[in-house]
Amino acid sequence: MGKMTVVSWVTLFGMVLLAVLPPLFLMNGQAFYMDLATRLVILGIAAVSLNLILGFGGMVSFGHAAFIGLGAYAVGIPAHHATWGGFDLIASYNGFLHLGLAISISALFALITGAISLRTKGVYFIMITMAFGQMAFFLFQSLDVYNGDDGLTIDVRSEFPLINLDEPLQLYILSYVSLVGVMLLVRMIVNSRFGMVLQGAKGNNERMLTLGYNTYFYRLTAYVISGAMCGYAGFLLGNFTTFISPDMMHWTRSGELMFMVILGGASTLFGPVLGSSVFILVEEILSSFTIFWHLPFGLMLIGLVLFIRGGLMGLFKSKGR
Amino acid sequence: MIPLLQVAKLRKSFGGVVATDDVSLDVIKGEIHAIIGPNGAGKTTLISQLSGALAPDSGAVTLNGVDITFKPAHTRARLGITRSFQITSLVMEMSVLDNVALAVQARDGSSFRFIKPARSITHIRDKARDFLHQVGMHGRADDPTSALSHGEHRQMEIAIALASEAELMLLDEPMAGLGPTESQMLTEFLQGLKGSRTILLIEHDMDAVFALADRISVLVYGKVIATGTPDEIRNNRDVRNAYLGDE
Repeated sequence: MGKMTVVSWVTLFGMVLLAVLPPLFLMNGQAFYMDLATRLVILGIAAVSLNLILGFGGMVSFGHAAFIGLGAYAVGIPAHHATWGGFDLIASYNGFLHLGLAISISALFALITGAISLRTKGVYFIMITMAFGQMAFFLFQSLDVYNGDDGLTIDVRSEFPLINLDEPLQLYILSYVSLVGVMLLVRMIVNSRFGMVLQGAKGNNERMLTLGYNTYFYRLTAYVISGAMCGYAGFLLGNFTTFISPDMMHWTRSGELMFMVILGGASTLFGPVLGSSVFILVEEILSSFTIFWHLPFGLMLIGLVLFIRGGLMGLFKSKGR
Repeated sequence: MIPLLQVAKLRKSFGGVVATDDVSLDVIKGEIHAIIGPNGAGKTTLISQLSGALAPDSGAVTLNGVDITFKPAHTRARLGITRSFQITSLVMEMSVLDNVALAVQARDGSSFRFIKPARSITHIRDKARDFLHQVGMHGRADDPTSALSHGEHRQMEIAIALASEAELMLLDEPMAGLGPTESQMLTEFLQGLKGSRTILLIEHDMDAVFALADRISVLVYGKVIATGTPDEIRNNRDVRNAYLGDE
């Protein structure tokens, strides 16, 4: 509203970079960077979805990768059956079917696990969401029909009219536009009456109860929205990698997502995107130097969290406090 | 006259300590009913059971004839009870106006609305500003709550209680931590609400209590030992022995 703050300039600048740079790399024949950017943008969507509940709702979910996996399997399983037969009901390459399954199953999983998890708070909430995430991980690991641990490789991506996801540029554009869409959606929700209650409950739940808000249902609603959005990111990731395995749901993946949000700056619009960008780029750079890249990476992350309050976006908000 | 709030034989113990011991009292519409008592008398425990933060072991609480003994806090708020907190309880991350607007919004239909930006809904914002104006805080509407002084936080508590438009306001030590001038101002302000609001007031500041209350109940070790007008309480022998006599 009104004047642009430093934060909104940074947001705009970052989003423009993401729109312009990857296609330029592609045109220069550097497809590798396009791949990197696609992964970064898709994980950015997942991080933005997590930020809705973590940053704005104060719900530290340690099981969000489960939604990515569910979304990806919503692509992989129908495609697998369309190729190899069986399960006629969903055996299809139809993108709308994949998309519908990804979002609805993620939302349902969020509804069930959220209804239980949100009865707890603090560390217990972290642990129980992680447990549900691991539950999904072990379920898919044990499903031999879908190759268990080895995962599914799909030969055909989700089919849509007009767009072809086999084209890296088109897949990137879809992912980028989705990211923008998800960011706008989160901004709308956060600023709405619903969002005010959600943020109020994060700051002071007792006060919100005293005012007459049954905060449990507000949180659950946010949790379901977040889960569905993250499932959508999984749908994109499945189409991007064409290799879908339980590893996508592992708790370390959830931890990475959480880290991206906190690194970039929770409860800011662009923070999670910045976080996922920095996370993936630094991971890429360090791993090109040494196979022991986890050590410097970990130390750097710890340093960032310790010394920069409010994540990287906090650097641009120095005025005021 | 049917009382607005009726408390019957309310009992709550924590382990061996009986914090609320068969408390019965009522609050009549339009009155300021004060509860006084020495530290540890169970005043805040009582308020918490009335607001729904704690469940009693036995007894009953009725509001307008409706049994609310075991209703959760948010349901009671919808039915018309609000409380302020002895220890300031605000959403520190939000602006002053946002805090009050949330109270107004709670009375303005469903908040499961996702599209329109809450800060652009003028009738809610205007109403919230109006309540801030009433407590003399309109100048700080757009400041972050965390930047305000303790006294201002206390005023915000009052503005929020007003904005929730509850039939019954439970005020838990609104003067806590205020200087003499601030206390005096708040007393005058609450005086101005007399008749238009029903207030159950817990307060340590005796000058304020005797200036404001229509009736006073004295709580000692979880028991109500007397209820009456300020004059009756002042002259009550039990009360003098248990409490006022110390002074």
